[in-house]
Amino acid sequence: MRNAFVTTRRRFVGALAASAAALSAPRLAWAAEPLKIGLILPLTGPFASTGRQIEAACRLYIARNGDTVAGRKVELIVKDDTGAPETTKRIAQELVVQEKVNILAGFGLTPLAMATAPVATEAKVPMVIMAAATSVVTTRSPFIVRAGFTLPQVTAPIAEWSLKNNIKRVVTMVTDYGPGLDAEKTFVKRFTEGGGTIVESIRTPLQNPDFAPFLQRAKDAKPDALFVFVPSGQGTAVMKQFAERGLAAAGIKLIGTGDVVDDDILDAIGAPALGVVTSFHYSAAHPSPENAAYVDAFMKANNGMRPNFMSIGGYDGMHLIYEAEKKTGGSSDGEKLVEAMKGLSWTSPRGPVSIDPATREPVQTVYIRRVEMKDGHYWSIEFDKLEKVKDPGS
Amino acid sequence: MTKGLPTQRWSRAEIAFWLIPIAAFFLFPKYLTLGSQIMIAALFALSLDLILGYARIISLGQAAFFGVGAYTAGLMAKYGWGEPLTGLVVSAAAAALVGLATSFLVVRGEDLTRLMVTMGIGLMLFEAANQAAFITGGVDGLSGVEMRKIFGVFGFGLDGKTAYVYSLIVLFIVFVFVRTLVRSPFGLSLRGIREGERRMPAIGASVPRKLIAAYTVGAAIAGVAGALLAQTTQFVGIDSLGFARSADLMIMLVLGGAGYLYGALIGAAVFMVLQDYLANLDPVYWQFWLGLLLVLIVLFARGGLMGILRALQRRLARR
Amino acid sequence: MLGNLIGVLFDGVAYGSLLFVISIGLSVTMGLMNFVNLAHGAFAMVGGYALVLMMTRFGVPFLAALPVAFVAAAIAGAVLERLLYRRLYRASHLDQVLFSIGLVFMSIAAATKLFGSQQQPVALPAFLRGQVHVLRLDLGSYRLFLIGIVIIITLALTWLIERTRFGAEIRASVDNQQASVGLGINVYRVFSLTFALGSGLAGLGGALGIDVLGLDPTFPLKYMVYFLLVVAVGGAGTIKGPLLAALILGVFDVAGKYYVPQIGAFIIYFVMVAMLLAFPGGVLGKRG
Repeated sequence: MRNAFVTTRRRFVGALAASAAALSAPRLAWAAEPLKIGLILPLTGPFASTGRQIEAACRLYIARNGDTVAGRKVELIVKDDTGAPETTKRIAQELVVQEKVNILAGFGLTPLAMATAPVATEAKVPMVIMAAATSVVTTRSPFIVRAGFTLPQVTAPIAEWSLKNNIKRVVTMVTDYGPGLDAEKTFVKRFTEGGGTIVESIRTPLQNPDFAPFLQRAKDAKPDALFVFVPSGQGTAVMKQFAERGLAAAGIKLIGTGDVVDDDILDAIGAPALGVVTSFHYSAAHPSPENAAYVDAFMKANNGMRPNFMSIGGYDGMHLIYEAEKKTGGSSDGEKLVEAMKGLSWTSPRGPVSIDPATREPVQTVYIRRVEMKDGHYWSIEFDKLEKVKDPGS
Repeated sequence: MTKGLPTQRWSRAEIAFWLIPIAAFFLFPKYLTLGSQIMIAALFALSLDLILGYARIISLGQAAFFGVGAYTAGLMAKYGWGEPLTGLVVSAAAAALVGLATSFLVVRGEDLTRLMVTMGIGLMLFEAANQAAFITGGVDGLSGVEMRKIFGVFGFGLDGKTAYVYSLIVLFIVFVFVRTLVRSPFGLSLRGIREGERRMPAIGASVPRKLIAAYTVGAAIAGVAGALLAQTTQFVGIDSLGFARSADLMIMLVLGGAGYLYGALIGAAVFMVLQDYLANLDPVYWQFWLGLLLVLIVLFARGGLMGILRALQRRLARR
Repeated sequence: MLGNLIGVLFDGVAYGSLLFVISIGLSVTMGLMNFVNLAHGAFAMVGGYALVLMMTRFGVPFLAALPVAFVAAAIAGAVLERLLYRRLYRASHLDQVLFSIGLVFMSIAAATKLFGSQQQPVALPAFLRGQVHVLRLDLGSYRLFLIGIVIIITLALTWLIERTRFGAEIRASVDNQQASVGLGINVYRVFSLTFALGSGLAGLGGALGIDVLGLDPTFPLKYMVYFLLVVAVGGAGTIKGPLLAALILGVFDVAGKYYVPQIGAFIIYFVMVAMLLAFPGGVLGKRG
């Protein structure tokens, strides 16, 4: 009796297994694993605007390009790291170990990326940097690819432009912290190599309420131009006091990188920003059909919020991910994906971009722009450019 | 009120309490990294409890010692000595030294002065770390912290297991030390200072020396917490020294209740878990509710969670 | 070089004046009620946002909006004092610190929700912009205006404290609360009015300071150190003490940043620690 029962059960199970096998083969073809992207951003704290812009841009990309790529459904998992490196690393670990994400993306600041790099290397997961801008980040892991920009990359062109435009003596004024010092180093090097003179290098403290004494010192040195680099929240104060201290009236030009006239706050800065010349890789006023469509779609989807340079890092980061998936036929292999990203070249809303296969950094056009008023709003209008600028390294 | 020193025996509630993190290791294997960061926060809160709960020194600059410990451990590992346990000891010593050096500034003056001085020291150290970027990595942080395996066997991996157990053991050992300390004659004299500072010299107790000792020990413990963070995350951010860290710490301690030791642990755990959970819901509201919670605690529940628990205990005992 | 020195001194005095206006309220309430109020900067912020709101939403000109800033902050202060602060007068300093930090967090979150996290711009009227040429020196018009306002406020406060009955009540309550009650002074009413006055002044200072210090939701935390510095160094409970302290701190901060920018940030903390060690009770001595 028992034997018959067991045999029947075995046959039943055997039949079940056979049909399961028969069903599963075609199933692998038409229902691949979802593509999980872990987007780690500072959505709270002092850098919340970075997180906001990048998240909006990533969602926009998915909305415009569909939520399926290479047969895989795209799942965007957004997490807030509050701008603390140990939290970024912990979230990355959790995403990789528990949610088994295929790609890590985001990273609003350099320390956040630096802390997380070992996770990407150990888990063999591509890490797309959308915001952090210090050159050294990509060297931290072979799985890191950057979609945004590096600070030296966008600083060198303003030095070159100045040399060509009768600016011979410059005072540099930067905030005394990593990015500020990087900007100062790059500018000073390029400017002096080209024959210019740096009259003085002023450094303002990181926690600084008042720019007045520093601007006074700059004014007293009587340069042709003042090169400025401050964290984006402080740009307003600098420009207002620049005008009020009479530096503009004394004929001193204000030059810098686009950080200081961030599109996100440019309208709020208003008139004091007029005439400021900066070099940067993205302006919301870039006159291309791709950008017009991008800015339009972005503003519509986000209550009139203007996209800034952070958003384009997010948007192009998603593009990198999508293209790599298409190229590898929907792979989940980290090494293959990174290989696919190397050498990619496309026309982004910012202009032409490609990924340098040797350094995994973006190679792009850097524009020289001046702040002007157009249609009742303030924009950085491009009037010159340097093409195919690589990251000069640090 | 019993005569003589308080007992060193462990109550049943205490033993039950320490079984919880051990159980959590097996019950929540996916959250071990969060767990180790909670324990590091708990250790940090413990350091402030000694200084603020027992020695009544209002300090808004405890992060200074946390940071010193973190950078010491990080730098040791980065430049070749990645052995974790010795790293902890050296970091504690470094933090204690800084604590001792600044303690004479803190024992003078009254509450507002202490608040200002501790805040000022914290801010100065932050700026110093920023300036010395060639050592500390400045705002970009200190990476390349390579840790060797504990006892040559247990390496720090992605699963967070070693970090969890390591943090738990260190927390427990330090806790036992602090618990013994506060139930010793030294601890009693601290309580005496807390309750009536002016009368202490009358019984021959040197107030400044006791405060200096408490402050230095507190600094050392904060240094251990910082070193743990550096070792388990293999990174040191400049935010280790930041004012936000000192402020969050004070909130944790108040939440749990100052002066109970367990209050520090509970407060840290509750704060970290709430932050992880709520901050993802709506970040701006998190800050609002946190502020409201603080206000309500001060107005209605001065002893924090421990105070509430004690009150409940007394009510139940009466029945 | 001398021209530079005078310019730096001028800037330092202007900066110190601003710190004084904001902090004087804290000094009086601390001296009067012995209450460590870390949320004082939040009242300055209320005044600042009130001014911005008046100017951008209702088109009120700058000078007319300043009194509104004062009143808005004063009302906020009066309400909070009556509802919350009053309960904690006898609490420990620690509890007061924690309570006020809680208020700070709430105010930051509320400001972020209502106004967003970016810097608020303020368009100064034309006659206050730019510089004035005085005796071969270029002095900022707005800073001259600031110094002028502070002189007026200091004189008005001194008159209030020393020549009016209310001022006498304040002085009595500061010196000896119990005796004052015994004399029939309604000490709680004095507290309320003084707190409102102090908060109103903070609001005025916050509004005046937008051009120099900026305005965003993190204002109360960013400048907390400075306000506390002025009161701790100047001593709580007097007017002259914080004035002197604010001016000294302002001048040292500005001069330090001008002459030795590399250590500019440290100077203010060094000065603070040094002064706190030398005068643990404040520069001109604390009451009692």
